[in-house]
Amino acid sequence: MRVFRPGLLAVSTLIPLALLAVVVFLTSYSWPAIQFNGLHFLTTETWNLGNLYANPVRRDGFEVPIGATYGIWVFIVGTLASSAIALLLAVPVGIGVALFLNDFAPHQLRGTFAQVVELLAMVPSVVYGLWGLEILAPLVLTHIAPFLERVLGFIPFFSGAATSGYGLLSASLVLAIMVLPVITNTLLEAIKRVPSELRESSFGLGATRAEVLLKIVMPSVRVPLIGAVILALGRALGETMAVLMVSGGALNYLPDTIYSPITSMAAFIASQLDSALQDPSGMAVRSLAEIALVLLIIAVIVNVIARLLTHRAGLHRV
Amino acid sequence: MSSLVSSPTAPVSIASERVRRLQRRRSLFSGFFAVLCVLAFAIVVVPLADILWMTLVKGGSAVSPVLFTQVTNGISGGLLNAIEGTLVLSGGAILLGAPLGVLAGIYLSEYGNGRWGNTVRFLADVLAGVPSIVLGYFVYVTLVIGMGWQFSALAGAITLAIMVMPYIARFTELAMRQNPTSLRESAYALGCKEHQVVLRVLLPAARSGVITGVLFALAFSVGETAPLIYTAGWSNYLWNGHLTQEPIGYLTYVIWNFINEPFASAHALAYAAAFLVVAMVLVINLVARAFLTSKRTV
Repeated sequence: MRVFRPGLLAVSTLIPLALLAVVVFLTSYSWPAIQFNGLHFLTTETWNLGNLYANPVRRDGFEVPIGATYGIWVFIVGTLASSAIALLLAVPVGIGVALFLNDFAPHQLRGTFAQVVELLAMVPSVVYGLWGLEILAPLVLTHIAPFLERVLGFIPFFSGAATSGYGLLSASLVLAIMVLPVITNTLLEAIKRVPSELRESSFGLGATRAEVLLKIVMPSVRVPLIGAVILALGRALGETMAVLMVSGGALNYLPDTIYSPITSMAAFIASQLDSALQDPSGMAVRSLAEIALVLLIIAVIVNVIARLLTHRAGLHRV
Repeated sequence: MSSLVSSPTAPVSIASERVRRLQRRRSLFSGFFAVLCVLAFAIVVVPLADILWMTLVKGGSAVSPVLFTQVTNGISGGLLNAIEGTLVLSGGAILLGAPLGVLAGIYLSEYGNGRWGNTVRFLADVLAGVPSIVLGYFVYVTLVIGMGWQFSALAGAITLAIMVMPYIARFTELAMRQNPTSLRESAYALGCKEHQVVLRVLLPAARSGVITGVLFALAFSVGETAPLIYTAGWSNYLWNGHLTQEPIGYLTYVIWNFINEPFASAHALAYAAAFLVVAMVLVINLVARAFLTSKRTV
């Protein structure tokens, strides 16, 4: 079987090829949109498909519906804001859970508790969406938003009453729960690799457990922790269904408080297929492809940084 | 303790009083920190328990025999078409993605220590991090529109296969790397050819890990929604066996689409679908973990 090793090599090239194909085909398909929209695409607040019932007009050399404007600044802001708030919530809790699993949980129960966190990673995102839609969003409207308004209302971002439970806050809360296992699992594995001599000598010097964890263990897992956080960021940026179901679907509208409805890039792509297909010029579908391309580039950059950091730390977790 | 050093002339009782106070503060903080960590875990457990309660108890009460015998009729009826579609799409994804993923994983573990292996390993991790909706749109552009396949079972299965392949490859690699070098050496010493060593000795020895990876991938694809919106479409009818040109239903579509309908029958179907999806994912996971633990005891 002389073909054995070359055959394996050929199969292994499918992975880089798939990634390359995604980049190439999305770029070439959205190329007319890239040319038509220019760099304004990223900074324009308005997404307007134009008059789909009139004949398309020729503008800048492209057939587009009358009044069509494609801008994704609102979706970029929605994506970044929801992911950032989700990480602000998930990182401290994720660190706490990892330390709990490694240091504080009763020995016999550590395996079981670790499985509980793994279970969190297995719940499908559409089920998180269902939970957010049916249980979390009403709770945000009746309890969490009024509470935040009362406590933090002096900050403009937190003031103003929530009109519905669907928006930035709900999306961030759901995302925080979804990305938490990524942080906890990667961090837990890094913590387990900290040489026990370090801990033992610190305890020997009379340090308390909190001091050992905060001043010895955590600083020595700094690099994998940053990698884990960026990995979680990548997950949050690309999350589609859960955000789609709880974000309120804002269009042409920037969030002014944490209770405002938003849309993320991924959720917008998923929600827009039907309307975009109505466009006889096809520019709407190509502009959606351009959003997918922007999202892909962001995701690849984020993942490359995250993997460089975690690989450097010798973590090869899938 | 620093007070001892800084004021050696101070009376012993005052110094030791200071030390004692400092120590009490430190141990108090340590206890407080432990409470914080326990609280963090509680913050995780409460939503998870609520999600499982919602899908398994509330969703379970919406499950009836009709779901398994009738197809969806508008916003009522059963879920037979969606159950069948989920099995076809996920099964197809594993059928396409598992052999390729396992072979790529074998390459990474046995021959992947050079520059190319490192590149593939790195890009597999990057590909696994690409948002699934982007993969869905890619297949929409190339196969659904480009090749004229329309929304179809094959387009959906290929999307899921691209998603799970890097995952299976990395899981296979990790499992194969558990094999001791002595196993390779003894196989070669017995006169095995290269492919015999890998396929007849090393792969069987790592099979529980490989199967676990494939089962995890199956669980992922059962729960996936976003990439299928643009590739599989939706159908109220049973699959007619056509790989292309014919849309196909799936369970997760019912969850996100029917919950937005204002009718009680649609909500019941959405909850029932959520129950079925979560139940399938959990069962697949239990089986996968059973494989992992059986390996450890042997």
